[in-house]
Amino acid sequence: MTGLVKNIVRFFLFLLLQAFVLNKIPPLHQFIVPYLYFLFILWLPFNISRTALMVIAVLFGLCMDLFTNTPGLHAAPCLLIAYLRPFLLNLLLPQETTELSYVEPSLKSMGWAPYFVYVLILTFMHHAYLVLLEWLQFGNFLYFLGKVTGTTAISIMLIFLTEMLFYRKARFRTNIA
Amino acid sequence: MRNIFLFIRRYLNFLIFLVLQGICIAILVRYNKTHEAYFSGVSMEATGFLDKQYATVDGYFRLKAENKRLAEENNAFRNMLASNFSGPDTSTIFYLDSLVKDTTQRMRKFTWLPAKVINNSITLQNNYITLERGDGQDVTKGMAVVAPGNTIVGVVVNTSKNYSVVMSLLHRNSKPSCMLKKDKNTGSLEWDGKDPLVLTLKNIPKSSKVLIGDTVLTSQYSSVYPYGLMVGTVSKIESDPASNFHTLRIRPATNFSAIQHVYLVANLLYAEQKDLEGKIDEDLKKIN
Repeated sequence: MTGLVKNIVRFFLFLLLQAFVLNKIPPLHQFIVPYLYFLFILWLPFNISRTALMVIAVLFGLCMDLFTNTPGLHAAPCLLIAYLRPFLLNLLLPQETTELSYVEPSLKSMGWAPYFVYVLILTFMHHAYLVLLEWLQFGNFLYFLGKVTGTTAISIMLIFLTEMLFYRKARFRTNIA
Repeated sequence: MRNIFLFIRRYLNFLIFLVLQGICIAILVRYNKTHEAYFSGVSMEATGFLDKQYATVDGYFRLKAENKRLAEENNAFRNMLASNFSGPDTSTIFYLDSLVKDTTQRMRKFTWLPAKVINNSITLQNNYITLERGDGQDVTKGMAVVAPGNTIVGVVVNTSKNYSVVMSLLHRNSKPSCMLKKDKNTGSLEWDGKDPLVLTLKNIPKSSKVLIGDTVLTSQYSSVYPYGLMVGTVSKIESDPASNFHTLRIRPATNFSAIQHVYLVANLLYAEQKDLEGKIDEDLKKIN
């Protein structure tokens, strides 16, 4: 599969997984809502332009909103992490090597520690902004803190489960060209 | 002028970010404040199709419980059959038929329509239910939704040709008028967005001797719901000494995670009532 087809398939798979599996899970606790769909944005290739990345993120978020009937609620946090992603990658990656030789962020291409930091920061930003938007409508501050922490922990767990279940071979860019 | 272009070129990504973020927030504010799941009919038809496919699979896992509920309800209806009654009393039982007005001058106020649930959420802050029945099948905005067993579910907020979206009780804008069964004190039922098993009933005066386990029904003042439908039972009483009112935690009688078939209830006199109430201001002006 070429990179484009693969990402289009991922787009729909992540949407369907979130809408029809994770959102159907009965509530375990008021703080815990399993979110995984934004992993799509974290897995997009390195060489995508920043403008395209943001447009894709907004479209993806709006598609997610179609299923939950909350227009704009998921699109805004998706856009935020898409905007922050290039800055974070610049900080975490050794310049001139990884970006040039690998296609997309993964455990293999970035190494354990940088990849974990990358996922943790973006997940936290996503949930903080998402819960903030909900919280502005109603809720108290303790609830805000608890919910951000709880959902971040669950998401990190789900992301690393996904990484282990669906092992992605870190492809070299030279192989596809 | 050249500097302006240089500036725009330099901060292009940040400006795009701001513009897109602005659009997102605008959508969020515009469509989520009006408590309607506003989406064009087209997207509702599309996600409705997917939801229906999901519901056909998901339905099998709950058939047993659903059958049991329907059987219980059938049994309740059987008990109401005219053949179960005998003696002179039967003459006093009225059955409303489809006539607008019958010879005893009774008006038909509510009509009931069955519908199938094809999408449902309980984990979000604002929860909606999608039904496979739309304005092509006589569903209109503002109809009440009732689950088997006469327990209330929510209100229709938007319809397309074949689907309709219901704001469930688990929604921050849902505030139906409800009363305690034993002393008819009326308050408004709300949800704080946390636990789907806990609703809040506010504005019950402290003179009311409410106990844990008391039944809560829909009140006469609700123009959407028929009178006396089951809402839930009191699970906790919280009394703020500074207030004259109780805050009651209610455990809903509806199991929101397992609703599959519901009834839509249309109040045929709703428009007339609202029309009359809307005239109050005009009438006062004339008098003064």
